[in-house]
Amino acid sequence: MNLRLPKKKPQRRFLKDHVQEAQQFRLRALAAFLLVAAALLVLVGRFLYLQVVEHDELATRSVNNRVHVMPVAPNRGLIYDRRGRLVAENRPAYRLQIVPEKVDDLEATIEAIGQIMELPEDALERFQESRRRYRDFDSVPLKFNLEESEVARFAVDRHRFDGVEVVSYLSRHYPHGELLTHVLGYVGRLDMDDLDRLEKAGEGGNYRGTTHIGKVGIERFYEARLHGSSGLEKVETNVQGRRLKVLERSDPVHGTDLVLSLDVAVQRAAWDALGDRAGAVVAIDPNDGSVIAMVSKPAYDPNLFVHGISAADYQAILNAPGRPLFNRCLLGGYEPGSTIKPYLGLAGLEMGVIDEQHEVFSTGFFRLPNVSRPYRDWKKGGHGKVDIYGALEQSVNTYFYQLALDLGIDRMHDYLALFGFGSRTGLDLRGELAGILPSREWKRGRFGTPWYPGETVIAGIGQGFNVVTPLQLASAAATLANGGARREPRLLYASKRPGDPHAVREEAPLVLQLPVDDPANWDIVREGMRLVVHGARGTARAIAPESGLQIAGKSGTAQVAAQELDEDMDEDTAQHLRHHALFVAFAPAAKPTIAVATVVEHGGGGSVEAAPVSRAVIEAWLAQGARP
Amino acid sequence: MKKLVPVWAKWPRPDPGLLAALVLLMAMGLVVLYSASGGNADVVARQGVRLGVGLLGLLVISQIPPHILRIWTPWLFAIGIALLLSTWFFGTGRATSRWLDLGVFRFQPSEVMKLAVPMMMAWYLHPRRLPPDFSVVLVCLVILAVPAVLIARQPDLGTALLVAISGVFALFLSGLRWRVIFGFAGAAVAAAPALWMVMKDYQRQRVLTFLDPESDPLGSGWNIIQSKIAVGSGGVFGKGWLNGTQSRLEFIPERHTDFILAVLSEEFGLVGVLALFALYLFIVGRCLYIATMANSTYARLLSGSLGLTFFVYVLVNAGMVSGLLPVVGVPLPLISYGGTSIVTLLAGFGILMSMHAHRNFLR
Repeated sequence: MNLRLPKKKPQRRFLKDHVQEAQQFRLRALAAFLLVAAALLVLVGRFLYLQVVEHDELATRSVNNRVHVMPVAPNRGLIYDRRGRLVAENRPAYRLQIVPEKVDDLEATIEAIGQIMELPEDALERFQESRRRYRDFDSVPLKFNLEESEVARFAVDRHRFDGVEVVSYLSRHYPHGELLTHVLGYVGRLDMDDLDRLEKAGEGGNYRGTTHIGKVGIERFYEARLHGSSGLEKVETNVQGRRLKVLERSDPVHGTDLVLSLDVAVQRAAWDALGDRAGAVVAIDPNDGSVIAMVSKPAYDPNLFVHGISAADYQAILNAPGRPLFNRCLLGGYEPGSTIKPYLGLAGLEMGVIDEQHEVFSTGFFRLPNVSRPYRDWKKGGHGKVDIYGALEQSVNTYFYQLALDLGIDRMHDYLALFGFGSRTGLDLRGELAGILPSREWKRGRFGTPWYPGETVIAGIGQGFNVVTPLQLASAAATLANGGARREPRLLYASKRPGDPHAVREEAPLVLQLPVDDPANWDIVREGMRLVVHGARGTARAIAPESGLQIAGKSGTAQVAAQELDEDMDEDTAQHLRHHALFVAFAPAAKPTIAVATVVEHGGGGSVEAAPVSRAVIEAWLAQGARP
Repeated sequence: MKKLVPVWAKWPRPDPGLLAALVLLMAMGLVVLYSASGGNADVVARQGVRLGVGLLGLLVISQIPPHILRIWTPWLFAIGIALLLSTWFFGTGRATSRWLDLGVFRFQPSEVMKLAVPMMMAWYLHPRRLPPDFSVVLVCLVILAVPAVLIARQPDLGTALLVAISGVFALFLSGLRWRVIFGFAGAAVAAAPALWMVMKDYQRQRVLTFLDPESDPLGSGWNIIQSKIAVGSGGVFGKGWLNGTQSRLEFIPERHTDFILAVLSEEFGLVGVLALFALYLFIVGRCLYIATMANSTYARLLSGSLGLTFFVYVLVNAGMVSGLLPVVGVPLPLISYGGTSIVTLLAGFGILMSMHAHRNFLR
């Protein structure tokens, strides 16, 4: 046995030296404190740097942070008719807008919004387009004219949509809908084209807060006056961009209110009288050139366009029969037909080619020497012997064939040009058609061929190359009615700037005072026109009012299809091949206050179809009493 | 005849200077909080109640003798580790699993470790010969590394570093040799790329943003930029109480919690900041003084590292608000709104007070 005690390991023994340890600790604590002080010194240095050295710059940034300059859109001017009826108004409405900067996922957000309210199919696309004109922290409109229920639904879910807000604004509305569309036009959302135009005109800044702009019609023509000028607001905003306080404000100058010379009651009468036929009516006050009525039918509802028309609605308008977007008053080019005769008669009288006693024998046919082709009277067998009165009353073609030949195309052209045929009237709407008043030069320029005498003959009854607009017809009738003062027709009657107590009258500028050789000649022609309605053989005697009101008028027929001369128009002629019915008139014949031109497309005879419309317009106008 | 001494005169009294400084700091915090919360009296009242309860807790803890605390230390540490492990299984909270829901209240086990780690270090070093030799240092590193790694995995890198640093302070105060300290510091710098590798994307983003906030002014750089604007626009004398636009208009993020110093700087200016720093410096200095006066190794190391850790919070928070350090979720001690950090901090000061109150008792 070799028992061995395990060898006792020497225990490692130590003694804590408390005094030495406490001393050691004191040194370390002092070192730590010095480190702390040094670190604090660095911090103090940093704060000193920020709060003293960088103070100015950071203070500026803090101001820029909170203060935003926001445009304040002016209220668009209202539009009234000449008797003070509101025809374009601003209604309080709500729109939904998004601040793109505040939204993380735009597409998802718009989709989520689509679940609580209906968005047009192209909402996102339109949004992206309009987004381009805004800065990122501006609000970009997504949907206009929210329903009450949509506003309420959004309010409930609002917490889900940071950066999306509903704001109130003024929305344009046209209470008379399609009745005034072709005059008023409409406003629509600003698009890139509008913006380019505004930027070029230096108006970009003025439209920063504006969402809508006049697209056509009066809204477009008088855009600058209707819009007014934008104001500015310095607002304090919080980090969400919500406005907290207005620090400074320069008020916008609201748009000018416009008073149009239109009379809604007369407009309505013309509209109703046309019924469901396509056509146009233009009525002008001969005394001042103001446009009383301007109807083009068919029309469309302008309110559809204000908030962006849907593709379906737009297709429906495009495909509607009769082209509702087409403004016949300005753009419809028609053959004037017999409505040209009074002016030719006047030309003959004034130039001494004919006189009051001059007579022509109508056999039903008129022939040029050495030309086999006959020129017809509308009445078989002719009208017999007629003077200028009878020639107008019965619309005797032969009289005017002869007169045209005697005048010659040059003098015809020059005289008719005085009345404004062949040139724009200068109405305060865009896009007016000039029409065609043929002459030798015109024909050579257009076709490169010389003028033929036969063309002079048919020009005597307003056929051939002549093209006029209803507006030109009305303007010429007004000039004839007032004895030779040709004015630019005006839709704007008066305007009232914000703050002004009264509207200021806008005068229609005088284009030309026609030369008058003898006022009696003008009376002769006007009397001839009076006989059209009131004469025993007047072509429009059917519309003579029982009231004793004297109307002067002249019917006309514009050919649509080239037609054999022996062929008669009758009920069987296909609608779209029928002639257009024209009628120009003014009343009261002795002292006219209204001149009307009416076109009923494919109506057939002017006296039958168009004359009653003219009468309805005249009566509606006179029923309202004197001018306002 | 013995002189009659009233019983209350013998109770272990906390340090009045430190207590006064803490109360002053809290009062300052409440004033700033009222502004930072947008004049919300409820928030201030809630914070006031928390501070009151915390102070009460401080006084209670200050009555516990240090040697009792020392005996409890390993158990507290063990419980802390267990809780950290349990967050892996039962954790709640957005995106990260830092919170433990106890039904009555939720708390972050990592907060416990902020106290438990320095306590454990002091406990371990207490009977050892100081300065510690190499094997002791290794054990110490394990003690601080285990909780730090667990917390970092949550992931909460900021807290993990703060917990680790409290342990490092204990080591430092224990007299660790300077060459060892510099050796570790060099190793840490060398290890930085490795740290980058293990960071989560959002953590890397924070660092990148810190290095160049203007690169993403509306995204992650926003906080730093807006905070700097607030501080700088305050100037020397500030915009005045309740008049800070950056704060009132909510440009400052987390303005009543982590970024409350930006509100203070904006409204009270450099003067306010200096006053605050002076208060903090006094508190830290007082903590170190208490530590040097303590009569045991445990008490010294614990008091010292608690005080220094407290200062690290101030340093990190102020550095973050002024753009010196990246954005990490560290509140400004006793000023920022929030319960958890108040409880931990005041409990820590309770321990300090206990060290002070019992400094003349031999254990």
